Amino acid sequence: MLTEALFVSTLLFVIGSFGFVIRRNAIIMFLCIELQLNAVNLAFVAISRFVGIEGQLYVFFVMTVAAAEAAVGLAIIISIFRHYETVNVDNFNLLKW
Amino acid sequence: MTEILFMVFAAVAIGGAIGVVAGRSPIASLLFMVATLASVSGIYVLFEAHFLAAIQVIVYAGAIMVLFLFVIMLLNLGHDYQRDVKTGLWAILAFAVTGLTAGILGRGFLRAGDISFYDRFGAAAAIDQAIAEQGAVGVIAEPLFTDYVVAFELTGLLLLVAIVAAVVLAKPRSAEA
Repeated sequence: MLTEALFVSTLLFVIGSFGFVIRRNAIIMFLCIELQLNAVNLAFVAISRFVGIEGQLYVFFVMTVAAAEAAVGLAIIISIFRHYETVNVDNFNLLKW
Repeated sequence: MTEILFMVFAAVAIGGAIGVVAGRSPIASLLFMVATLASVSGIYVLFEAHFLAAIQVIVYAGAIMVLFLFVIMLLNLGHDYQRDVKTGLWAILAFAVTGLTAGILGRGFLRAGDISFYDRFGAAAAIDQAIAEQGAVGVIAEPLFTDYVVAFELTGLLLLVAIVAAVVLAKPRSAEA
């Protein structure tokens, strides 16, 4: 079952990174980051089953960081939306060049 | 039985992930994401990580996704869909980069998936015994409050900083003038 779990984890990570690159809606990009974090968590849990309980602790910390990241990221999205009236990241190019 | 459950959870997780990327509105993506998170938590249960499965449902699918939902509805992004998918050269580049990532990860994980390599750790039996003795929460809590207590306290600090940052960032601009 370990190989299959790692395969699922790879697939989730790749779908997440593909979505992050291809979509321009800031909220969906955030969801794709969460997807990638979940893929990593899945790999941690799968391997921790055979190596030791520490892997699950790392997942615990990753979840906390994900929660903090979501809170700050959504605050940034709200503040940007207030300014630009959109969440399409192609419109935020003030710092691009 | 375990294998069949795993396959079902894996299929839902991957289908939901594709739905997140392909969803037209943020709401649809979000609901697909909840399906993915729920089935990933099912996979956690199959790997005997019961506490994490519960946390995944309560914190991730419950709290974080509801936070996303609040923001989507607050900003009224549920309808008037605008096409936001990159096309052309960018899409080809994205395919190439993610394909390369998949290849590298797949190669590494193909080796990591060899279970006989882990036999010397003997961790599966040890974890099962620890769960039987201490319970699903105790087995996480014991190292968390001994070996990893500094990291745990720093996590609390991180959350405090994140709360303050979120409040400051989301504050209306007129308030500071």
